[in-house]
Amino acid sequence: MQYVWDFRPVWLNFGVLLEGLVNTLKLSGFSIGLGLVIGLVLAMGRLAPTRFLSIPATAIIEFYRNTPPLVHFFWYFYGLPILTGISLTPFAAAAAALSVQSGAFFAEVFRGGIVSVERGQWEAGRAIGMGHAQLMRRVILPQAFRRMIPPLMERSFELVKTTSLAATLTYGELVYKAMVLATQTYRPMEIYSTVAVMFFTVLFLASLGMRAVEHRLARRAAR
Amino acid sequence: MANVLPADVLPADATPVLAVEGLRKSFGTNEVLKGIDLKVGAGERIAILGSSGSGKSTFLRCINFMETPSAGRIALDGTPIGTEGRNGALTAKSGELRRLRTRVGMIFQQFNLFPHMSVLENVMEGPVTVKGLPKAEARAKAQDYLKRVGLAEKADQYPQRLSGGQQQRVAIARALAMEPEILLFDEPTSSLDPELVGEVLDVILGLSREGRTMLLVTHELGFAYHFATRVLFLHEGRIHEQGTPDEVLKNPREERTQAFLHRFSAFHF
Ligand SMILES: Nc1ncnc2c1ncn2[C@@H]1O[C@H](COP(=O)(O)OP(=O)(O)OP(=O)(O)O)[C@@H](O)[C@H]1O
Ligand SMILES: [Mg+2]
Repeated sequence: MQYVWDFRPVWLNFGVLLEGLVNTLKLSGFSIGLGLVIGLVLAMGRLAPTRFLSIPATAIIEFYRNTPPLVHFFWYFYGLPILTGISLTPFAAAAAALSVQSGAFFAEVFRGGIVSVERGQWEAGRAIGMGHAQLMRRVILPQAFRRMIPPLMERSFELVKTTSLAATLTYGELVYKAMVLATQTYRPMEIYSTVAVMFFTVLFLASLGMRAVEHRLARRAAR
Repeated sequence: MANVLPADVLPADATPVLAVEGLRKSFGTNEVLKGIDLKVGAGERIAILGSSGSGKSTFLRCINFMETPSAGRIALDGTPIGTEGRNGALTAKSGELRRLRTRVGMIFQQFNLFPHMSVLENVMEGPVTVKGLPKAEARAKAQDYLKRVGLAEKADQYPQRLSGGQQQRVAIARALAMEPEILLFDEPTSSLDPELVGEVLDVILGLSREGRTMLLVTHELGFAYHFATRVLFLHEGRIHEQGTPDEVLKNPREERTQAFLHRFSAFHF
């Protein structure tokens, strides 16, 4: 059997796909931003000298790292209204699920970067009288940050791909738009192939950009 | 040489700058310090010798609470540091720790400069962040201290660019910038190439001419002889022998001290 490719329906509806891509990027950008903040807070909690902070932070991190993201999507979208009466829009539910989940992963990246800073740096900071927060802000985080960039990027790309789960909440991101178009045009092959190329292009360009940034940082570090 | 009396013969009413009483420190079941008593008078320079594992670093680190003492008392200018908990261990709150560490500076074997800051920023960091000094004032002060260790022209370099000896001199300037009353050195030249040891020791000797109170752990016996007003020999967590450099280094009374010195001077010619 010979399949005849026909991309005309794709071109005719390309505006719809672009709109989906924009929504994907909006959801990604928002969730990465919020996820980084949550991640930093969780990492600081996990590394805090007091157990009142480190135990809850560790529990949240481990819970979110070891449960499937789709469950969190459903939980925020369907579960929250039942339990609390607060109902979220598909975007808000997806963003909440993605930010907290990626926050848990980001937290581990932050923690890894922080504990990779040599013991002597902590000692030197303490020896001139710095408190825990000053030490983090002035000595540890600036050094840890450079080492965290590659894994943070990795995680963020992962998140961009995970946004496609928001389709299950009927949020109009790229995969949702593709599903709708596919049922209208009966051209799923062409449409999903185009979607794959669109994801690839965005993430590949982003990773090239990132590599350039890393290069510059590495050169600065070697000064 | 000894222009300062050892604290043991200080007049009874003179308050020692640093007083350590019955200091003990255990890591788990391993008791590393087994009761150390030491009074240090202003301007005294104390060299601490002892074989590996005898507790020299632990002793220094207890003085500025980098390790919390398991028992005993530590007082600066007659004021005890920390409070005794139920188990006898000393604890200090963060504010007290900060004040203690601005008064007692420490220099490490591994320099531990901040690699993301220039030499000048390294020296300014404590005064600005910890003491809240205005930047301009801290910068002027940092430049002064860099000049003191002979590195004024390296102010804008980053530490990685400096030799080990230069890095250690920056670390000394960083400690001095806090204007501490006491300086603790933990084997400041042990990780340096032999040809770089001299420049660091010169800086430390310069400080001793200013009459600073210093405690220094070292394996450089010759340097200890010229540097110290008093020499301690630590063995298994106790002060096994102490006295003037001549007494301890030239005519040690204790067998263990003799054996230790013999091992360290085996290859002199
Ligand atoms: N943080 C720690 N946790 C557990 N044990 C420790 C710790 N620090 C030191 N010790 C132990 O305490 C003992 C004394 O160590 P310390 O570093 O004070 O010796 P030292 O005299 O400075 O030796 P060196 O000449 O090798 O530097 C050693 O047995 C060491 O293993
Ligand atoms: Mg040691």
